[in-house]
Amino acid sequence: MERKLMKGNEALAEAAIRAGCKCFFGYPITPQTELAAYMAKRMNKSGGVFLQAESEIAAINMVLGAASTGVRAMTSSSSPGISLKSEGISYIAGSDLPAVIINVQRGGPGLGGIQPSQSDYWQATRALGHGDFHLIVFAPASVQEMVDCVVKAFEKADQYRMPAMILADGLLGQMMEPVEFPEISATTVDKSSWAATGHKNSREHHIINSLYLKPDELEKSVIERFKRYEVVKQELHDAELYNTEDCDILVCSYGAAARVAKSAVNSARAMGIKAGLFRPKTLWPFPVQELQEASKNAKVLLSVEMSMGQMVDDLKLATNCDIPVEFYGRTGGVIPTPAEVLEQIKKLGGVK
Amino acid sequence: MAVVFERPKSLIDIPTHYCPGCTHGIVHRILCEVIDEMGIEGDTIGVCPVGCSVMAYDYFNCDMIEAPHGRAPAVATGAKRTNPDKFVFTYQGDGDLAAIGTAETVHVATRGENIVVIFINNTIYGMTGGQMAPTTLPGQVTQTTPFGRNPELAGYPVKVCEMLSTLTGTAFAQRVAVDSVPHIREAKKAIRKAFENQKAGKGFSIVEVLSTCPTNWGLAPLDAIKRLQDEMIPYYPLGVYKDVEEGVFPKTEGGVE
Repeated sequence: MERKLMKGNEALAEAAIRAGCKCFFGYPITPQTELAAYMAKRMNKSGGVFLQAESEIAAINMVLGAASTGVRAMTSSSSPGISLKSEGISYIAGSDLPAVIINVQRGGPGLGGIQPSQSDYWQATRALGHGDFHLIVFAPASVQEMVDCVVKAFEKADQYRMPAMILADGLLGQMMEPVEFPEISATTVDKSSWAATGHKNSREHHIINSLYLKPDELEKSVIERFKRYEVVKQELHDAELYNTEDCDILVCSYGAAARVAKSAVNSARAMGIKAGLFRPKTLWPFPVQELQEASKNAKVLLSVEMSMGQMVDDLKLATNCDIPVEFYGRTGGVIPTPAEVLEQIKKLGGVK
Repeated sequence: MAVVFERPKSLIDIPTHYCPGCTHGIVHRILCEVIDEMGIEGDTIGVCPVGCSVMAYDYFNCDMIEAPHGRAPAVATGAKRTNPDKFVFTYQGDGDLAAIGTAETVHVATRGENIVVIFINNTIYGMTGGQMAPTTLPGQVTQTTPFGRNPELAGYPVKVCEMLSTLTGTAFAQRVAVDSVPHIREAKKAIRKAFENQKAGKGFSIVEVLSTCPTNWGLAPLDAIKRLQDEMIPYYPLGVYKDVEEGVFPKTEGGVE
C-alpha cells in the first residue's frame, strides 16, 4: 500500500475524495484552510464539484442542496465557522440527510484564537443547532485515523441518513504524518427512494423537508429519528483501551490531547504507577461500555482535555458517578505537556 | 365536451393555505404552465423558502427541497452544481430574498449560477403577520412600522432587479406584476424566458413579481390590486432590467460588457 507523508488537512481531503465525496463547499478559515485548497486542486479533476461559498452559512446550505439529490457532500471549517453552520446542520438532521462536516477546532469563545483546541466538545455532542437531534461525532487522534474516519463518516451518514462530524483540531490538521490510503471500495447506498433528482414522470414527487406544522406529526418524526439513534448507539461506539486491565488511575482523553496523555501514562508506568488510558474514538455515541470495561478496577478517572473539561460530564454519566472524576486541561490554544499530565497522575497516585 | 381550460398538470390539485385574494395562486399557476409547456416537470427540482410559500412543496408536482430562511439560492446551487442537467428554481418572498438571504442572493447572481429565481415582492412579511419587509414602501404602515416606514429610521426599500442587474453574472432580470391580464401574460413570458435561459445554459435569471397581500395590507382583494397599481408600480417600475441576449444592460454597466 502506498505510504505518504501528508498534512492532516490534506489527508482529510484526499480521503474524502477517495470515499466518493462528489462535492465540497467551503469558506476560508484558519486552521483548516489547506483542506479547501487541496479540494480546489483535486476535486474538479476528479469530476467533482469544488465551490468557495460566500459564507459558512451558504456553504452548509449548498451541502444541504447537494445531499438532497443523493450526492455525497462535505464541508469543513473551524470553530467560529461551525457555529455559523449550525443552522444548516439542524436542517440537514431534520430533513434526514447524510452529510459530512469537518471541524478543525481552534480556541474560543468568540473569535478566540487560531491554535488547537477541543472546546467544541459540548457543541458537537450536545447542541450543534436547535431541536432534538444528534450527529455522529468521530474523534481521530492521528492523520491516519482521520483518513479512516472520513471514509467511515460517509458510509455511516448514508447508512443512518444523518450528518456526521469529524471533530479534529488544529494540531491534527496542521501536523504531517505518514499515512496510507486503504483501497477504498466506497459503499454505495441506494437513495432513490427519497432523493430529489427529478421524478422523470415515473414516481411521486419527493420532498426534502423539516417542517411539520402539526405537533403530533413533528413529534412522530422526531421519535422515529431517535429510534434510529438507539441503533447508532448500539452499533457505532468505539474507543481505544491502553494499559487499562489493572489500572488504578484511568486517564481519559481523546484527539490530540490523548497523544500527550499516552506519553504521560507510559512515563507513569515506568515509575510503577498503574495508569491506563481510555481514548474515545467516537464522542457521539459515547463509548459507555468501553469506559465501564476500562474503569472496572480504577480508583479515579483523570480527564485530560484541551478545554475546561467538557468531557467530564460524559465520563460521570457513563460511570454513574461511581468513580471520582478529576480533570486536567489547558485551553485557549495551549497544549498540555506530558510532564504536566504526569504531575497530575503522580499526585493522584500518591507519588511525590 | 372539449376541455378548453384546465389546471396545469404540475400544479397539484389540493387546497392551498394561501389567503383569499392572495396572488401566490396566480404565480404558482403561470409557473406550472411554463413547466408543463416545456415538458420539464420530471427534470425539475424546486426550492421553497421560509415565508408564505414555505409549503409550496406540497403544491408543485416536481421534486422539492425546503430551504432554511434566506438560503434557497445556496441550496439551489448545491442541487444544480451536482445535477447540471436538471432545471432548478427557487421561489422566494421579499424577506427571504432581500433581507436574511441578501448575501446568498447577491452571490448566486455573481456566480452566474444557472438557475431561475422567482421573487415575490409584496412589500411585507406575510407568514409572520405583516411586519416591515426590505421592500416595504416609505410611509407604509406595518406591524413593526406602526407610524409608517420612516426611511431615516428604518432605511429605504431594496430595489432587487436594479441591484442584481449591475452584476455581471446576471443574465436576465425582469420585474413583472400580476394585477391584470396583460401583466399576467407578460409575467408568464418572463418566467418562460428565465427557464429557456437555464435550458440554454445562459446563467442566472430572476423574475421579480409584484404581488398583493390583502390580509396583511388590510385591504379587500380588489383594493389590494389597486394599491399594487397605484403605489407599487410607480416605485418599482416594471420592465426588463437586464437581458444579455437582447443587449439590455443597466446604465452603470454600459460599455463594460
